[in-house]
Amino acid sequence: MPRHLTLLRTAPLSAKLALALIAVYAVTALFAPWLAPFPESEIVGPKYLPWAAPHWLGTDALGRDVLSRLIHGARNTVGIALATTVLAFLLGAATGLLAATVGGWFDTIASRVVDVLMAIPSLIFALLILTITGTSVIALVLVIAVLDSTRVFRLSRAVAQGILTMDYIEVARMRGEGLGWIVRREVLPNAAAPLIAEFGLRFCFVFLFISALSFLGLGLQPPTADWGSMVRDSAKLISFANFSSWQAATFGLAPLLPAGAIAILTVAVNMVVDWVLHVSSGLRD
Amino acid sequence: MTRMSPLPKLILRRLAIGVLTLLIVSAIIFWAIELLPGDIATEVLGQSATAETLAAFRDRFGLNDPAPVRYLHWLGGALTGDLGLSMANQRPIAQLLGDRAFNTFILAAYAALIAVPLAVGLGIVAALYRGSWLDRFISSSTLAVISFPEYFVAYILILLFAVHLQWFPSLAAVTPGMGLAQRLYVTFLPALTMVLIVMAHMMRMTRAAIVNLLALPYVEMAHLKGIRRRRVIAVHALPNAVAPIVTVIALNLAYLIVGVVLVEVVFVYPGLGQLLVDSVAKRDITVVQAACLIFAATYILLNLAADIIGIVSNPRLLHPR
Amino acid sequence: MDRLLDIRDLRIEAHAADGWHEIVKGVDLTVARGEIVGLIGESGAGKSTLGLAAMGYVKAGLRIAGGSIRFDGQELVGAPESALRSLRGRRIAYVAQSSAAAFNPAWRLIDQHCEGPVKHGVMPRAQAQDEAVKLYREMRLPDPGQIGFRYPHQVSGGQLQRAMTAMAMACRPDLIIFDEPTTALDVTTQIEVLAAIRDAVRDHDTAAIYITHDLAVVAQMADRVKVLLKGSEVEEAPTREMLARPREDYTRSLWAVREFRPSPRGPIPDEKPILSVENVSASYGALQVLKDVSFSVPRGRTVAVVGESGSGKSTTARVIMGLLAPTRGGVVFEGQPLVAHSRQRPRDLQRRVQMIHQMADTALNPWHRVRDVIGRPLEFFLGLRGKAKEARIHELLAEIELEPAQFIGRLPGELSGGQKQRLCIARALAANPDFIICDEVTSALDQLVAEGILRLLDRLQRDKGLSYLFITHDLATVRSIADEVVVMQKGEVVEQGPKDRMFTPPHHPYTELLLSSVPEMDPDWLTRLLEQRRAGAAGGQAGADARGAAA
Repeated sequence: MPRHLTLLRTAPLSAKLALALIAVYAVTALFAPWLAPFPESEIVGPKYLPWAAPHWLGTDALGRDVLSRLIHGARNTVGIALATTVLAFLLGAATGLLAATVGGWFDTIASRVVDVLMAIPSLIFALLILTITGTSVIALVLVIAVLDSTRVFRLSRAVAQGILTMDYIEVARMRGEGLGWIVRREVLPNAAAPLIAEFGLRFCFVFLFISALSFLGLGLQPPTADWGSMVRDSAKLISFANFSSWQAATFGLAPLLPAGAIAILTVAVNMVVDWVLHVSSGLRD
Repeated sequence: MTRMSPLPKLILRRLAIGVLTLLIVSAIIFWAIELLPGDIATEVLGQSATAETLAAFRDRFGLNDPAPVRYLHWLGGALTGDLGLSMANQRPIAQLLGDRAFNTFILAAYAALIAVPLAVGLGIVAALYRGSWLDRFISSSTLAVISFPEYFVAYILILLFAVHLQWFPSLAAVTPGMGLAQRLYVTFLPALTMVLIVMAHMMRMTRAAIVNLLALPYVEMAHLKGIRRRRVIAVHALPNAVAPIVTVIALNLAYLIVGVVLVEVVFVYPGLGQLLVDSVAKRDITVVQAACLIFAATYILLNLAADIIGIVSNPRLLHPR
Repeated sequence: MDRLLDIRDLRIEAHAADGWHEIVKGVDLTVARGEIVGLIGESGAGKSTLGLAAMGYVKAGLRIAGGSIRFDGQELVGAPESALRSLRGRRIAYVAQSSAAAFNPAWRLIDQHCEGPVKHGVMPRAQAQDEAVKLYREMRLPDPGQIGFRYPHQVSGGQLQRAMTAMAMACRPDLIIFDEPTTALDVTTQIEVLAAIRDAVRDHDTAAIYITHDLAVVAQMADRVKVLLKGSEVEEAPTREMLARPREDYTRSLWAVREFRPSPRGPIPDEKPILSVENVSASYGALQVLKDVSFSVPRGRTVAVVGESGSGKSTTARVIMGLLAPTRGGVVFEGQPLVAHSRQRPRDLQRRVQMIHQMADTALNPWHRVRDVIGRPLEFFLGLRGKAKEARIHELLAEIELEPAQFIGRLPGELSGGQKQRLCIARALAANPDFIICDEVTSALDQLVAEGILRLLDRLQRDKGLSYLFITHDLATVRSIADEVVVMQKGEVVEQGPKDRMFTPPHHPYTELLLSSVPEMDPDWLTRLLEQRRAGAAGGQAGADARGAAA
């Protein structure tokens, strides 16, 4: 689409940079097995090797290659976060748009359920549910998707309600258009920009949330490489960081690598979201 | 003016909704235990447990009663401070929680006392001097901090202040008899972590609220009446900003209460969050329930307070037609 | 001449994505002491920007790029903020269009009134308060002693606008800027506000700049009128001279809509009305909005439903369209009763009754291109596809006078206000309707554009034998296009009949009030009307005569 390309060309530097970063993450996640020099969870050398060839980022407490684990972590952490966000979105946006369009008892019930779910902080709720279900990837994805879909529901319902007050919806209704046409052709194109921005924000949230649970030891379980649990595993090393020698410094910085990987991706996504919101608010004027 | 103010009615209504929400949430937390697959006693004590120990366990935790009875019993106990027994070590939960809940609230209050005035103040300044270097600095730096995981901020602070400069301890090891000054010193890094995280949100939201307000026609009108800028802001803008700012504060305090869980784990701080995480790992469901109830209730009450202040500060409701 | 305000070659620029654009392009404006100057123009003429500049103020995103603004000998361009502040409110005051938004909701009227005089050190609070009550009385506000102690939301729109004028007069300024102060008000309310403003300004010998898009209003208020178009001056002349002999074509075109007359009528083809509304009552929840409304629309004719906001005229349209079910009564179309809900109506009925909305902006989906907007009803109602559909879209675009090749691929955002409304008309036409409801279709448009729309609707009616139900609050429009008139007030029909009879006395008292409240071009109209109303019962007859003389 040439229109989108021109839009991209006019993007500010920060957004371009952020998009490039996201692309790097995406490529890393997609081609992890080919990019990683060593297998994900195999012991390939002595413990705590310093940053030097062939273990460019050293080895961890078990002697696994840190760089390889970071690369595989991209696939696991980002992949699961993305799957969860997509699920939360399908659930939340579908019910939200429907609740706004249909109204009546469906809207009332859905809104009350969401009110109650949102009255409990998600981390606390997730911890409660994970106590019961135990820590499995499926449980993790489902629990977070359901909890997060409440936010998506609220937003898409509000956005759709704003659109539904417009006269063009009345025109469509007077013409006798069906529900499907109204949602797909009238509401959805107008809700796209805020929903895309929300997708970015929700992804950040889910991604941080899963990493936080992993960091607490309740998310992805070893030996799966995952950034949150990598921070947890190497956390204690930070107290030994000192900048007297290369080896000591790289040793202590170990927990900052996966944490930084998480931070950079969320910053990049947030920048793109800012830009999308800016562009779409400009289009309306 | 002739009709009675609808204010008390609105507040009562909101309070009733708050209480109802608390009840529903407590029910959800309680019923979570019912969702456990299989028999709880066997689950906790293991397959090797004898019939007698299982029966004794069931008796002890009242598992033979029907669920609604147990719920009412649990709820009544929670209201009077009796939270039951831990399934893992069979000690009274109230005892386990007491000190830890105190520690958590102290830490949250410590962070809030620094973060709220600072964030609201800076947010207002950024809004008033929109486009200045200060504003640009604040909006770009806060975007970064919001995106960082709590533990990333925590480890950077540890690296800087504990490991490199060695000004503060990296572990927040508080003991029950510790003096206030010592306690504030020991918990400075966890508090600072929470301050940074919460401040970023609060500043952005305060700024947005004030920027909206300054664009309103009546604020422009005050300028056109030749009123001093300082007075326009103090008299015309800020009083109408109370509701949005209070909402921002309450939302962030609620966020703080939850964010504390991660920060406690990083700094090995003996608080409620640490206990909750440990109990989840041990699947000590009664303790998890109690801790969740405390967190959820605090969260709900903070939101309730924000809504009520919002209602009270609305001139249209204060002075009905 | 003693020049109070002297603006020379003023240039103001607005910031846009691609740099600064001039929106006031070298305009001169002088105001003498005690003189009222009218600024008139369509939207985008820069009249509000110019008005605010007289206070040395520009809105955010604008800047003064050149020229000078001298107030009482003092240069305002580049003057320090403190100097400007001591002028604003004290010597130059401002009255905004929307007083509901311009009053702080958290403060009582009198507190906001006294803030200026007290803070400028003009008078102490107690005196300011007494003066406020005096001004409230002058502005003919009800209960002047107490009304100041109310909050803005406790006072009606017309009262609030007068309270704002009183507030502007609090420091006895030399100059007041009135920025469309009556545009948001109903006609009957507008009269009271206009009269109060004019008397107060004259009594205190205050100079004023009166900004409006309504020539008839400015005729009542101003000594001198300046016409602006897209940031430049068109012409300037004393009011009577300009009304009698406008020099420029543009000025003349400003009241063109009032001169528009529909094409001559043939006989009605069928005596049976195409649509009749029979004893309809309707309510929103517990609030009854329509009470026993009945009228009918003859085939090939235009029936205008007139009324102020809250009269129920738009609700009547919603009932006809099947968007609101009546609690009693019903609508008969071509002799057949219509089902209450549009969803249950047969598709052919939905096709034959179409509606055009007031705001073309919100009636067009911003993501649908012109082709889709017109194509959908063709496909939906007539089953047209492919080439046949495309050909018909071209025909319809030609019919509404938009060049097909140029417009067919555009989004609504790429059309002007008038073009959008034409597109809405084309969308209604695409269904091949027999009956169209036009809901205030011209009221959001500038006069010249509105006239074009009326001409188009008239031509379509003549060519296709369409019947219109024309909902409007603007009696000038009614006079131009209606065959029959229905006057509504508070959900009831107060009077109805052929246009000629409705515009000749005797009238129902409300019709009389409505008719007499419409400002006319005659500069003496307001004075005469107020005298007549004061004269009392005899006023009705005399008012009609006066109108006859003025027209």
